[in-house]
Amino acid sequence: MKVRILIMPKEGLLDPQGRAVTELLTSKGYKIGNARVGKVIEMEVDDSVDIEEIAQKYLINPLIESYKVEKE
Amino acid sequence: MVDVWERHGLTKEEYETIIKNLGREPNEVELGLLGALWSEHCSYKSSKNVLKLFPTKGERVIQGPGENAGVIKLDDNVWIAFKIESHNHPSYIEPFHGAATGVGGIIRDILSMGARPIALMDSLRFGFPIDEETKRILKGVVSGISFYGNSIGVPTVGGETIFEECYRTNPLVNAFCLGIMPAGRMYRSRATREGQLLFLIGSSTGRDGIHGAVMASAEFGEDEEEKRSNVQIGDPFFGKKLIEAVLEAIEKNIPVGIQDLGAGGLGGASAELASKSGMGVEIYLDKVPLREEGMTPYEILLSESQERMLIVIEEEKVEEMVNIAKDHHLDYGIVGKVKGDGMFTAFFKGKKVADIPVDLIVNKAPVYDRPEKKPAYIEVIEREEFAETDIDVEDAIKRLLSSPNIASKEIIFSQYDFQVGTNTVIKPGADATLLRIKWAEKPEISSEKGIAISSEGNGRFVYMDPYEGGKYVIAEACRNVACVGATPVAITDCLNFGNPERPEIMYQLKRAVEGMAEACKILGIPVVSGNVSLYNETVEDKEIRNIFPTPIVVCVGITEDTVNIVDHVFKKPAHIYLMGDLKKPLSLAGSEFQKLIFKRIGGKLPTIDLEKEKKLIEILVSLIRKGLVISAHDISTGGLIISLLEGIFPTDLGLDIEIYTDESLQTFLFSENPTRVIVSVEEEKAEEFKGIIEESGLEWMLIGKTVEGDDSIKIYLNDESILTLKKGELKEIWENSLKILAGYT
Amino acid sequence: MKFGVCVFPGSNCDYDTYYVIRDVLERDVRFVYHNETNIKDIDILILPGGFSFGDYVRPGLLASKTALMDAVIDFAQKGGIVLGICNGFQILTEAGLLPGALLPNINGRFICKDVYLRIETNSRILTNKLKKGEVLRLPIAHHDGRYYVDEKTLKEMEDNEQIIFRYADKEGNTDSRSNPNGSVSNIAGICNKEGNVFGMMPHPERASEDVLGNHDGLMLWYSLIS
Repeated sequence: MKVRILIMPKEGLLDPQGRAVTELLTSKGYKIGNARVGKVIEMEVDDSVDIEEIAQKYLINPLIESYKVEKE
Repeated sequence: MVDVWERHGLTKEEYETIIKNLGREPNEVELGLLGALWSEHCSYKSSKNVLKLFPTKGERVIQGPGENAGVIKLDDNVWIAFKIESHNHPSYIEPFHGAATGVGGIIRDILSMGARPIALMDSLRFGFPIDEETKRILKGVVSGISFYGNSIGVPTVGGETIFEECYRTNPLVNAFCLGIMPAGRMYRSRATREGQLLFLIGSSTGRDGIHGAVMASAEFGEDEEEKRSNVQIGDPFFGKKLIEAVLEAIEKNIPVGIQDLGAGGLGGASAELASKSGMGVEIYLDKVPLREEGMTPYEILLSESQERMLIVIEEEKVEEMVNIAKDHHLDYGIVGKVKGDGMFTAFFKGKKVADIPVDLIVNKAPVYDRPEKKPAYIEVIEREEFAETDIDVEDAIKRLLSSPNIASKEIIFSQYDFQVGTNTVIKPGADATLLRIKWAEKPEISSEKGIAISSEGNGRFVYMDPYEGGKYVIAEACRNVACVGATPVAITDCLNFGNPERPEIMYQLKRAVEGMAEACKILGIPVVSGNVSLYNETVEDKEIRNIFPTPIVVCVGITEDTVNIVDHVFKKPAHIYLMGDLKKPLSLAGSEFQKLIFKRIGGKLPTIDLEKEKKLIEILVSLIRKGLVISAHDISTGGLIISLLEGIFPTDLGLDIEIYTDESLQTFLFSENPTRVIVSVEEEKAEEFKGIIEESGLEWMLIGKTVEGDDSIKIYLNDESILTLKKGELKEIWENSLKILAGYT
Repeated sequence: MKFGVCVFPGSNCDYDTYYVIRDVLERDVRFVYHNETNIKDIDILILPGGFSFGDYVRPGLLASKTALMDAVIDFAQKGGIVLGICNGFQILTEAGLLPGALLPNINGRFICKDVYLRIETNSRILTNKLKKGEVLRLPIAHHDGRYYVDEKTLKEMEDNEQIIFRYADKEGNTDSRSNPNGSVSNIAGICNKEGNVFGMMPHPERASEDVLGNHDGLMLWYSLIS
């Protein structure tokens, strides 16, 4: 099975990258707001693997990041 | 149920003082403000009486402690602003962002004096880098500094990193910044009359760094808090834009005064500004540009969002200031007005949410004369005895070279852009860094002079003997700048100590500052700025751990030019002399050798003769200016042999060390006795060199020579060859040990 | 002959570059800001190093979309000389003016140190005062300097003499040990097919004065202005 872990800066946290993207696109006249930049980690796993544990223990910094797991 | 004062970090007595002064209970917003400004960090309540001991005046001093940074005169055209500040706790919680925001914060301190920041340094203290947690903190801190400093375009030109078990649960991150300004164009945190406006510029305000306890008590349930973060994130891109915007405003002569936003956020900054101006302020919280919806007045006033500055302007300058903010894509707002009533008043949605005297917030925090007691460990350590070991000297040298405290720190400083700005004449790795002064955008303001900076802070010596150790720290920082040919002129310090409510810690603080102040007085060096970081205490498995008392000092020195200077590297075949205070019996007390070989430290720290130190600094500087010495290197961690090796490693030369002594070879090679420097002197200049030393009352000793054609290192003791070492092998140990130990790939 | 030094928000080697051109080379120079579109007065454009737009998303990406870059593309297409240094190089690849891309260094870290560069060709104007095979010492300071290009394009670039510098050792040998960041084929600097747009990761402006202990960068500037 292929899983995708979407890692985003935690809500309320300043996201400098997202801010710079918002700034550029707004200056080009696009009506967009509050872009946020995260990361995606994709991997093949079998059913026995605890993907939540992998994410929490090894991949995210719980102080500043939140995450979501998508399964295909 | 936690008491209301406790949630704001106040004691019951302090809370009662507030009620007595105010004639009523403070509301939540007022209490938040008082809690922030009466904290140790802002009010110096435990250290104020001790800090008075430092000399702060001198002929070059333009601005001493009390402002955002100290300022000294370089020459008739250029003034220098500088300061060091701690960011210890945030760097432990989140090493990368904690260190990054530490760098950002100190840059804005310098900027708020009206100076262009041109150099950064960082003094770091970690546990021994063997456990995963320490490696994670080390790497996080270094990459956080690298991320912020490199991007904002201010070179990180030096600093030091020391590894010691006591910092494992409490690392230290002290950030230093230096900037230059045209003479006479200094700004302070000031308003000059009623009606002036407070212009907030920079980043928008979010819920960053708001006191955790209060956050929980406000509108968020536990669930909510899980999802949110109040870690402060630095944005060097906004930091860079803010530098350029503020300097443009200064160039256009817009500001009346400038104050950066740090601890206590907008509330802290505006209250301090009002207090220093002898004025009151009105704050309009609706005018603060926000990043998030639903922020409370409490949050807006106390948020510690980064990259923000407060600029005091006259009303007619609003339009110009708005244009600057827009040009640089920065958020802004006219968030307050200067009042004549001495009150701090804040409004939110038409309601008055705070109304208290400025004086109460800023000046009425209690000052404590905390009790002190000599710690029992001091005498125990003093009495420690060490047998002469029959350790193999070659093995000891290799062990020292592989100690992370001695091994090359290139893996750290190569992650910093130390060259941006193209002013770095002597690069990191030497006793001091040397900067030339140029001002690309203001070519009319230039100087031939150079600025040397060096940071120092051997907590181990201060722990063993706070008074003598305090002197060591100042003396070494000054000696280091002299080693490149600069005359030390002023210092900034950051006092990192444990919990001052423990009498033993208070003793360390008091005695260390007494020693430092004594050294400053004799060496004629004023303290112009600084910071105190107390409560560096942690509990691990019920064991209370306090860090070594660690005063970190940055000395700023001046050279007449950037040509007649030297560094620690041996340039060509020459004689090597030891010079300084050579009459004092050598000691291994507190040395890295002792720590590595005996796994413990002890003995009596040799006293330092400050008059001789002063002489050494003076003579060394004049020898370098006259071109009589072609390299100079202070003897410190690891002792004489390490200083020699550091000077020979970057070259193709070899080294003959010829020692004549009654001391044991170990003591001679590894003692860290102060007030000693090794210099290399061309043979034909040796007589003149020796004459000057003798006349000055210092001592010299010929200890060998650098040789061409053979790059081995030979040691002779009383004319007998005792050891030949392969330079390549030693160098490899020195170059790679920290990298390997800390697990850098 | 007039130089223009491009300034994007977050550029930070702009003053350094400007200083070398004005004070060392003693040539006419002005800053060209990110929102400018008229650069008709400029003969040679330098895109300096730094962190334009914080290097966010990808280094050089956001700067490559500014109004000034539209003008720079036009300028280059008409044959104007453009040199991108470090972040400037990244902007030029993002803008499509130079082939390839600059990826994060292989060790994942920022690297600030001196490297040796071997001159691969002197048929292009950036190196025409130097000899092929000559070695220069220049500083690098970047986090994303690993040059990447596909094999087919690399072959074309080699055939067209578009490779200007390779990372080497002191003696001019190029191997993996002298490659600081994992660049394909040790590539440190390139030009476009036409030979009027150049990109290089090392910083010649940091090595153009004796007081900084290195003037190896000067020959590149002299080549440009000759």
